Formats: sequence, C-alpha cells, structure tokens
Amino acid sequence: MNLVGAPIDRVDGRRKITGTARYAAETPLPGLTYAVMVESTIPAGTIAAVDAAAATRASGVIAVLTYENAPKVEQHKVAGMTDRNLPLLQDRIVRYDRQPVAVVVADTFERATDAASLVRIRYDTSVPALSLAHGSGYHPEHSHGDEPSVYERGNVDAAFAGADVKIDRTYTTPVEHHNPMEPHATVATWDGDVLTVYDATQGVFGTRSRLAVAFGIPPANVRVVCPFVGGGFGSKGSAWAHTVLAAMAARAVKRPVKLVLARPQMFGSVGYRPATIQRVTLGAKRDGTLVSTLHEVRSQTSIFDEFVEPSAELTKMLYAVPNVRTINTVVPLNAATPTFMRAPGESSGSFALESAMDELAYAVGLDPLEVRLRNHADSDPSKQLPFSSKSLRECYSVGAERFGWSRRVPRARSMRDGGLLVGMGVASATYPTNRSAASALVRLSSDGTAHVFAGTQDLGTGAYTVFSQVAAEELGIPVSSVRFELGDTNFPMGPVSGGSQTTASVGNAVSVAARSARDRAIGLALGDPQSSLHGHDADAIDVRDGRIFLRDRPDVGDTYAAILGRHPQGEIEERGDARPGDEKTAFSMHAFGAQFAEVRVDPELGTVRVVKMVGAFASGRILNAKTARSQYLGGMVWGLSMALHEITRTDARSGRIMNANLADYLVPVNKDVPSDFEAYIVPEDDPNVNPLGVKGIGEIGIVGAAAAIANAVYHATGTRVRDLPIQPEKLV
Amino acid sequence: MPVDVGPRAGPHPVPVTLTINGMRHDLTIEPRVTLLDALREYANLPGTKKGCDQGTCGACTVLVNGRRIDSCLTLAIMHTGARITTIEGLADGDRLHPMQAAFLEHDGFQCGYCTPGQILSAVALLAEKRPLDDASIREFMSGNICRCGAYKNIVDAVAAAGKQNV
Repeated sequence: MNLVGAPIDRVDGRRKITGTARYAAETPLPGLTYAVMVESTIPAGTIAAVDAAAATRASGVIAVLTYENAPKVEQHKVAGMTDRNLPLLQDRIVRYDRQPVAVVVADTFERATDAASLVRIRYDTSVPALSLAHGSGYHPEHSHGDEPSVYERGNVDAAFAGADVKIDRTYTTPVEHHNPMEPHATVATWDGDVLTVYDATQGVFGTRSRLAVAFGIPPANVRVVCPFVGGGFGSKGSAWAHTVLAAMAARAVKRPVKLVLARPQMFGSVGYRPATIQRVTLGAKRDGTLVSTLHEVRSQTSIFDEFVEPSAELTKMLYAVPNVRTINTVVPLNAATPTFMRAPGESSGSFALESAMDELAYAVGLDPLEVRLRNHADSDPSKQLPFSSKSLRECYSVGAERFGWSRRVPRARSMRDGGLLVGMGVASATYPTNRSAASALVRLSSDGTAHVFAGTQDLGTGAYTVFSQVAAEELGIPVSSVRFELGDTNFPMGPVSGGSQTTASVGNAVSVAARSARDRAIGLALGDPQSSLHGHDADAIDVRDGRIFLRDRPDVGDTYAAILGRHPQGEIEERGDARPGDEKTAFSMHAFGAQFAEVRVDPELGTVRVVKMVGAFASGRILNAKTARSQYLGGMVWGLSMALHEITRTDARSGRIMNANLADYLVPVNKDVPSDFEAYIVPEDDPNVNPLGVKGIGEIGIVGAAAAIANAVYHATGTRVRDLPIQPEKLV
Repeated sequence: MPVDVGPRAGPHPVPVTLTINGMRHDLTIEPRVTLLDALREYANLPGTKKGCDQGTCGACTVLVNGRRIDSCLTLAIMHTGARITTIEGLADGDRLHPMQAAFLEHDGFQCGYCTPGQILSAVALLAEKRPLDDASIREFMSGNICRCGAYKNIVDAVAAAGKQNV
C-alpha cells in the first residue's frame, strides 16, 4: 500500500469545515466564569497604587486579582528552551508595556470586560530602555541550542582584507507579532489539587510542567488538553502568563475560569520576533567565490529573560566559505520577552545573508543564481560533516525553470511593464532537521480499527492526517480505519510542536507503535490453532486492507477483526518510543529550497506588488503532498508578509506599542497574494536522517522569501532596501 | 485617583429570541452582548470564531438574511426576527454544502480557525453574483484573513464551488 505520500484530504477537515472542531475557548464547563486581564500602560516603573474598589463592586464580579492579593506562585522558569520567566502579579514592578497587572473574574464575559475597565492603577514611571541600536548588550552563552554565540572558523579579518570584492552592509528587521487567528485562550478548572487546563498551545507537556512548577504540584496533578490550535507559529510554543493566571483565578474563585486574550493583548505577553540589526560582510574573489563572511546580529530581549534570535546560524553552513565569523549580541529592553516565530533566525538571517549575496552578484557581474551555485556547500563546512541529503541544486533548477528565470534581464531597472518597473529576485532557503524523543500508543480493536494516541499537537500542519497515514500504512489498514487523537497529556509524551520537528519526532513513534501492534497481531494469528495462519512463519506474512495473509498464497489469511475477536481482551495495545540516534554525529541534516519572486513597482508611488512567487523545496520524504504544499505556500505568504507588510511600531518616547490590532498591524489578505504562486516538492530520498526519512516542512517556506522579494525590488528599481518591511516611502 | 461613583450595575439581561439555522433560540442576555458572543457563549454555537472582536479579521462572518456580516460588530438584540446562518447550519445533515466540500478538497485551510468565516463569506460571494475570475474572488474574499496563508487554495475552492452553480 502507498498510503504515505498520498495527497489525501485532511482527516480532521470535516470538523473544521462544519464548525465542530473544538478550540480551547470553546470548552463547555458547568459554572464557567470569565476572566479578563488588565495590562500596564507604561513600559517601566512600579505600581504606586491600585484602586480595585469600583471593579470589585461591579455587577457579577467575583474577584479582582492584583499584586496586592494574588496567591503566591513561582514565576521563574526552571529549564528547557521553551520555558519563560513570567509576570504573574507577584510584585509591583512593571517591566514592559502591556504587562498583566490585574485579572478580573465575573460571571459573564461582558461584566468581566466592563469591570476590567474600572480597575484604576497609578504608576511611578521610570526611564525605559527602548533602543536596540544604542542600548548596551551582551553576548549570550548560546545563540541557539548548544551553539556558541561567538563563532569563528579560519581568519575572517585577514581574508576580508585581502578579498578582491568586498560587501559590507547592515540590514534591519522589525518586531513582528505572530497573530494566529485564534487568540491565546485558557479554560482552567480545579478538582482539589488536580488542575485541568484546556489551552491553546503548541506543547501540552511544556504547559503542564510550567503549571506544575507555578503551583508547586506534581506534573501528574496537571492535565493539559488541546485537540485543536488555531495557528501558533511559535507564539503558543511556551506557556505564558495568561495560562497560569487563568489557573490562579480558577483556584481563587473555586470555579472554572475562561481567559481569552483580546486581539490587542496578542501584542502583549505572548512573544514576538525581536527586531534585529545585522551587519554582513562578504569577501569574494572576482569570480564570485566567497573567501569570508562576517555576520553580526544584534537583537532585543527583555530585561527579565533571555531570548536570542539566532539569525546567523544559517550563515555557518549555507555556503562553502573557509573563513566565517558569527556574533550574537542581545540587548535587554523594556519590552516583553521575544520568542520563536516561524523559522526564528533563519527567516530574519536569510533576509540579511541572501540580500548580501544579491549585492555580491551585482558587484561581480554574475547572475544571482550563478553566484549561489559557485558557492554551493557540498558538505557542511561548519560541522565538517556530510549532509544526510541535499538537493539544493535541484531546487535551484526546478524553481528557475518553473519561474521562468531566463526571462530576467541582468541589469537593474531594465525591465518594464507599461509604466511599472519589473523585477525578479532569487534566494536560497534552508532549515535544520530537528527531532526529539516521542512516544505513541496504538490500540487495535476487534472491529478492525486502530485508535492511535500521541501527546502532540496539530497547529494546522496536518499532523492528524499524516500520522493517520503512517499508522494505516504500517498496520495495513485503510486510513479511514484509523482514529488518531492528540493534544492531551494523558497520551504518551511528545515534544513541543516547534522547530519543524513534529513529524520527524512523533511520526517515527507512531510508526514503531503501529508496527509493533501489527507484529503482535500476526503473532497471535500464527499461534492460534483457530487461525488459518496457524504455524506459519512470520517472514512469509503480508498485511493489506486489514487482512493478514501468506505472501505466496494470498487466499490463506485472517483479518485483524477475526484475530482480535478471538482474543480474550478483544483488543491489543502497543506503545512505540522513538528517539534520535547517533545520526547527528555522522551527518548534518537540513532541508533546502530556492525562492523566486517577481514584482511590479510603481516608480511614482513606490508601491510594490508581488505578481509571482515560486518556491522549490526538498525536505526528504513527503507524507502528504497536499498538506505539505499548503505548508510551503503558507510559509511563502509569511515571507511575502515579512517583506512588505509586517512591523510592530513602538513609540520611541512612551515605549508603548502603537498598532496593536489587525487594522494597523498589516498581514496579507487574499488580494495581496498573487494567483501565480506555487510551491514545488523536489523529491528527495534520505535514508540517513531518521527511519521515516522526513525533514521538517513547516518553516522552510518563509526562509529566503523576504530576501527574494527584496532582491526583486532592487532588480526592478535599482534601490536596495535593507530595512524591512519594504514600504513605499523607502522607494520614492 | 478617580472619585468612586459606587457600584457599576450593568444593563439587565433581557429576553432575546434569535432564529439561527432555522432554529429558535430563546436567550436571556444583556443588550450589550454581541451577536458573536451570543452565538458562542449563550447559544452553544461556537463554530463562529472570534479572531479580533474589532471587525478587522472576518473570522466571525455569519449570514444575516443571506448577507455576510461581521457578527462581532453588531449586537444580538438587533437581530431578533432575522434569519441567521452559521457554519453549523450550512450542511444538510451529513451532506456537506458544496462550498464546504470544495474547501476540504482544495485544502482551503490549515488551522481551521478562519475557515467558518471564509466559507460563509464565500457562500455569500456566490449569492452576490460576483464575477468568478481569480482577481474578483481574491478581492471579495479579502475581508477574511487567513494567517496560515491558505489563500491560493481558498480561491481554488471558491472557483470550483462557483462552477457548480451553488
């Protein structure tokens, strides 16, 4: 059977299109109450006085929690990449604009909202640290994982000094907020010392451990449930303050509490992509081959926690350069703590590196694609390891052909369409293949169906679907006979759905569990005198459509339903555990891709329209061509958005975010995305990366996309915009 | 500190009868309850989504007397006597509405949170007799944000459903 790879419709799709998929805020509980957060209106200072009297006495109000009366909880993180220090009403210090300072609980949403507006807070303000460019920073211990924040191979200074051609440019990217369509939401309920939380999260287990730490209870006392997530993009990868506050409020009022962030609060305490200032220098020979690369990254963090935007990681491995130095500096500001946002580091870093590569192409008079080919890394120059597989050359050629790169006239500002300037740009994409330990449980029943459980999440990625396919293929049953459940800490543990690692992690666990259930069922048949397979050899067996049979004599067989019908329990359960092996010591593992963009620029108005985008990606084995294409396309839309739309504006004097809504914070609407917009799957067989042969696909789609568009804008106009987003005023 | 004006008594709940998907719903809600919150919090119909509560994202799109509106920008009490259609009322039993089927077939969604609004908006778009070329669909579907970026597939779904003359 070839269920894996088949472009089947999403198995959870019917629930989503009929409105029956239940997201966190839609959990009905008897006696439910509504909590609304009040946020600070200054970025730095202390709370001088709280007047909660009017709010407390307003109709329907059950509780008003502030630092004066909030129960004591642990607000410091313990460990783990996704864990954060949280502001939990434990002190009077205000560290950023929109920090939670009170929580109002009432019997209805309207009353809670009304009463929240009555909470009066007076502040003693202090001078906030707001400048990334001028603030004092430091080198963190690590830029990402175990990577040092200062890295050098060879001698960059000497090589750059002696280079024929030198590029030395600074690129900047702004603060961006994820803004998934589903606002963060938590429904919390206590039964004695046992807490159940329905949470919009990318990691039920991370949320569980954060809650356990906050309340000083064992993780076993906390259950986190999340069958559907209305988008995350990294913002739901950590447990944030509102989740703990909802549980705190529920404990205080002794009733279930629902806390949903209002859209403006989505710009508050749930993370964002930090602004970056990136200096890139390229030293090259006249033929375009690189001799040195320097990538200095300055990014912001908060004054109470550390997050590093790892923008220079890809610079270490993308091109075959002998001399490379990368440096990360973080600057603590009076702003909320930043977090992972779709391809953290690779997206912002690729804008800088791939723009600089474009500048190099013009400097040496080569086609931008040719410059990249001349610097192709056949092995990973930073780890000095072979790639587990790499199909970047194929991505370039497939993308160029589908895009029609040969139409491009080399000189900038040389192509026109009526009164509009025409430009075409290209950029490389890469994203590391991550994997964590994960487990899954398969239950085979006497009705011939399989019930599969894994404590993972589906953010719209297709996890429900591809894992159903994997289980079906291993078991030899139709996908429709598999019921896959996820998003519950009662299921076997899975990692956070981040770093494009879910399929590589959980997929392999599902595969192991399903195979082991199949083998056990086969064993039952072979040992069962009532089975026609009794006494045969396991090696001679095949399974298809729920039927176990002799490969050489297909008429001799038995079905799962019959085998399990004769089994005393009527069902069997097998657990599968999968974890990374030693492949990381033998191989460098990355997905690769190529992005092509065509723009039209109005020379008088400076407006940019993307009229065509083509991405070509090679990410190992593709489990579902339909959902994979959607992931790639979505990533490319994010790249378009990063290039032209997204910027969170903070007032330089007040330190307040000024555009905290979806009218002023722009994301693409349907009309912004051209019809001529396609992602191509470049076939790639990777026997080394993990048993399923899969690499991540959720993030690579955004990588390089902003640079491809910026490069197209340069090609159209002759104006190099090094500061995102590319807004009209930067082109006139 | 402002002067304490005494306890704030909110508006009293009043009976409001809504006709949603052909069913009568007798609710007792404050007049300030939006149509969106009435559906989600009081009528047990959470298929309609709250994305912004500000009329900027389209996730809460429903049909009122066949016309698409943002249900977060209107009060429930203003729609007594109106025909309200939500995503829960689109399929005919187990038989999907052709627009729902087209979204499924063309993978016109990922996380699914904007999807009910997209589908109702698309149903209304066809009823509005708009031209069904790509540019027109993209224009008239631009009131519904999809952060997952499923736009291309949404356009394909709407075009396909449009060809079936729904």
